[in-house]
Formats: sequence, structure tokens, C-alpha cells
Amino acid sequence: MSDNIIELKGVNKWFGDFQVLKNVDLTVGLKQKIVVCGPSGSGKSTLIRCINRLEEHQQGQITVDGIELTKATKDIEKIRAEVGMVFQQFNLFPHLSVVDNCALAPIWVKKMSKKEAEELALQQLEIVHISDQARKFPGQLSGGQQQRAAIARALCMKPKIMLFDEPTSALDPEMIKEVLDVMVELAKGGMTMIVVTHEMGFAKEVADHMIFMDEGMIVEKAVTKEFFANPKSERTKLFLSQIL
Amino acid sequence: MININKIYQWSRTNLFSNWYNSLLSLIIVFAFIKFIPPLLNWLFFDATFRGSSKAECYGDGACWIFIKVWFKKLIYGLYPENQIWRINLAFLILIFSVITSIFVKQKIRKYIIIFLIFIFPFLAIWLIGGFAIDIESLEIYIPILEEVDTRVWGGLSLTFIMAIFAMLFCFPIGIILALGRRSELPTIKYASVAFIEFWRGVPLITVLFMASVMFPLFLPADTNVDKLMRCVIGITLFEAAYMAEVVRGGLQALPRGQYDAAKSLGMGYWQMNSLIILPQALKIVIPGIANTFIALFKDTPLILVVGLLEFLGMIKLAGANPDWLGFAVEGYVFAATVYWIFCFSMSRYSQRLEIRFSTERK
Repeated sequence: MSDNIIELKGVNKWFGDFQVLKNVDLTVGLKQKIVVCGPSGSGKSTLIRCINRLEEHQQGQITVDGIELTKATKDIEKIRAEVGMVFQQFNLFPHLSVVDNCALAPIWVKKMSKKEAEELALQQLEIVHISDQARKFPGQLSGGQQQRAAIARALCMKPKIMLFDEPTSALDPEMIKEVLDVMVELAKGGMTMIVVTHEMGFAKEVADHMIFMDEGMIVEKAVTKEFFANPKSERTKLFLSQIL
Repeated sequence: MININKIYQWSRTNLFSNWYNSLLSLIIVFAFIKFIPPLLNWLFFDATFRGSSKAECYGDGACWIFIKVWFKKLIYGLYPENQIWRINLAFLILIFSVITSIFVKQKIRKYIIIFLIFIFPFLAIWLIGGFAIDIESLEIYIPILEEVDTRVWGGLSLTFIMAIFAMLFCFPIGIILALGRRSELPTIKYASVAFIEFWRGVPLITVLFMASVMFPLFLPADTNVDKLMRCVIGITLFEAAYMAEVVRGGLQALPRGQYDAAKSLGMGYWQMNSLIILPQALKIVIPGIANTFIALFKDTPLILVVGLLEFLGMIKLAGANPDWLGFAVEGYVFAATVYWIFCFSMSRYSQRLEIRFSTERK
């Protein structure tokens, strides 16, 4: 089991009286790519937000890279530094230029020199094809460019795992592809990824496993081909028929 | 001809577009004609500028000799004349540093700002107060500058000393309180809430009375904290509570995603706040901060109630002088003008900051 970089065991979480996660079990191996889908409000985002403890779960265990999160109150920042996250709303820092957005965390969290961090940032911006926008501010970029900058920002921390929380849902249709292309390249480069998305084309292309969630539960987990060809539960079939 | 036509068109659309706008325009023009010339006459044309005694004031206009004769006192208070160079030096250093900081490179500017915030205030206090270094146990006594008791400090220079100190300290304290009030730790949260609500709930005059009259009663008999210092601390804490609420407004305006993003990059609480949250929150509330600073500046005359005479206090004192009775109006007009100039400058400066920091969004 040592090659499992993320392990969730019996995770339960409530917002007040409302249970968002019900007894979730999940293991993710190194370099695996997992796509999570399901109707809105099914707990997909909450699930991946629990993995870097942006949300706290109340029951069960979440182990990331060998560290159990509830026991890691002091080390939580170290774990977060290893887990990159990309948000639906990009969440770039509007008061900093794109390159500063990327270089900030390496400088302050990893104590890198300013020059080194900036080189790293430009390198990562090159990878997401927006190095020409490096000196601009986030507000001057298109949505697709902003999201790619956000991916570059996360990559600058050299994370072991990347979490994507509906990265294309806030984008205009013509910009979705440029972001997905970057994510495909990233997947091919061997990154461990958990992606919450409705982009089934992307899922078919890169995912090793598919997870279907509904009402806080993992209804179905299957190898990608199997998942699309022979969904087992009725709920999954219905969902797939609606979005494909 | 084209020009006149344009004026006609312009006034037609802007001043006389219908009957009630026409009426309003006429009333306002009438008010201008009625009040502006007498005002100008009083201020300038009938006013007396030359001379050095009350007897030389004639006519119906203002007697600016009053201000001229008392000018030094209005600026320096009762500070000993032969020591005034020390106040001048302190403010010259301030002005010089500020002006240089505008013209030098970012890197050097950083050091000037550090100097202005962390070294200058204490240097200035030492220059103006001139407290000797006196370490009894080592029998060291260095009377570098003659000591000037804070009771004789006064005038506009005292206004500035108080305002600069109170602003300098109420700002960081306000930020800490604002963060404290949003803390997840109950002790810190409720301590901040209690502090803010206490200081916001009492009038400044009460604070000053307490600082000057009541506070010493609680101290051991031989300790003596300077009265001016007590008042400045009182004003600082009072304004810090307001500042905290202004800053909290900015903190609440930030979307949660900014916190999420900072945390997801592995930043701790202080890094997140100092690098991501506060720079954005403070930018949003620049108008509120300027507002608090302006209010603070105009609150300083209240130390009159504990017998300290800053600018407005000195004007009152001058007006009460038996040789100069009857010039209160001149005094207050002058005071209003001076306060207005400084408050308006602060307002303009804050607007410039807003523009400078907002360019990145365009």
C-alpha cells in the first residue's frame, strides 16, 4: 500500500446538520489520475477540499503522503505545499502581477531566492503557454489565461499531487480547450491528479479511474473505460445519459 | 461670436432647462452677489495687514495683525524662544526625508520609510523634549539637550506631534484588532471585540479626562507618566478602535477564494495575511483610513480640556489676552483655514494612493 499517496477511510463530514460526505473511502496511487463527477451538491468539491484541509472532516482518516491530516495540525502547511490546487474561480491574487503570483509562495514558503523563484515562475508560465503575459496583472488576462496562470502558480511549488476543483466551469466555451490542453500535458508528464469536472472528453482521455458521487457518497468507482462502457449503478447511467 | 453662442447653449441646457432650474440658478447667483463681495472685503480689501499693534487696525475688515503678532506662539506654543530651532530641525528632517523618498529609487525609499516609522518619531521626541540621558546606577549624566517640559509644548507643532504619533500607532494596532476580531480563537476574538466596543463606546473627552485626571490615581505615587503622553496614548487607542472597524470592512470584502488560494500554497496565517489579505483589504479601505486620519487630526484640539494648548488652544489663548480682545473671528477663520488645508491635503493624498494602487485592475 506504500505507493498510495492519498488514502481516505470512512470520512464523514457535516455542514451543520447536513451531511456532505458519507463514509467515503478512496485510495489514490502515485501518478494516478482520477476524475470525480456527479451532480452539483454531491460533495465532489468538499471531498477534494478535505484532502488539503481547506475543509475539516469530522470522522474518519485522510492520509496524504503518509501523514494523517487530523494529527498534522502543525504540519498542515507542509502538506498543503505539496498539494497544488486549482479553483473554479482561479483565485489569482489581483494585486500582484502574474509572475509575482507564481513566485510569491516559492519565495516565502520555500525560502527560495527572489531571482530563482522568478526564473521558476517564468519556466512554469512557459509550460502553460503564457510566458508572454508574465508582467501583466490578472485582471488584464482572459479567463482561460488566468486559469492557466493559476495552474502555473500551483506548479511552482513542485507539488506531488494536483487537485482541480471544476477548473473549466467558470470559463467561456472557447477557452475551455486551452485549459484542458494544459491539463492533458500535465497528466502525460506523470502528475498525480484528482480532477472534479464535467468534461467527459477530458476524463476519457486522461483518467485512470472515474468516480461518480451522489448525495455525499461514492456511488461508483471504476476504471475509466469500464465506467463509460458499463456503468453499474442506475444513478450513474442516468447521470451519464444526461451529460453525454 | 461662436463662443458666446456656446455659453448661451451651455447655460440654456445646464442652468435654465426648465422653470425651477432657472429659479434655483437665479437664487444661487443672487446669493453669490450678495455674500461673496462682503466676504472678500472683510478678508482682504478692508483688512489690515501692516502694523504690529491692535491700535493700527482700522476699518471694517479683518485685523490680520492679530495673527501676525501671535504667529510664532500659534506655531510653537509656549516653547522657549531660544530652543525653537529644535522643533524646526525635527520638522525639517521630516520634510526632507519625505521629499527625498519621492525622488529616490525604490530600494533606498524602503530605508527612508523604515527610518521615518521606527527611528524618526523617537528622534523627534528626543530633539523636542531634550530628555537627558541619566543612568544613576552608573553615575552617567549626559545633558545633551536642555529638557523642555511637555506642558510648554503647544501650537501647531504640538498638533502635528500628537497627530503623527497617534496615526503611526493607531494604524498597526487597528490592523491587529481587526485580525483579532476575525480570529477563530475565542479568547483573542472576544478580547478584541471587548476592546473595540469599549473604546468606540466612550466619547474622546471622557478618554482624555480619564487619562489626565483619573489614570494617575491608579498608579503608585512615585511613578509619573507624562500627561501629554497619556493623552496621546488615549487618542491612539480611541482611534485604533475605529481603525479596526475600517480595516475589518476591507477584510470582509475579500472573497473566500483568496484565503483558499493562499492556504493551498502552504502559507501560514501571518504570511497569508501580510502578503495576500491585508494588501488587498487595506487598498479597498483607503477612503475609510483617510477618513479616520482626518477625524483624528481634527480631534486633537480636544486636549484643551486637560489644559494642553495645541493650535486651536493657542488661538483661544491669544484671543483671551486682554490686549487683544475682540479678534476671535479672525482667530477662528485662520484656524479653520489651516485645518482645512491639512485635511484637504490628506484627502487628496489618499485619492492619489487610490489611483496608484488601482492601476493593476485596469
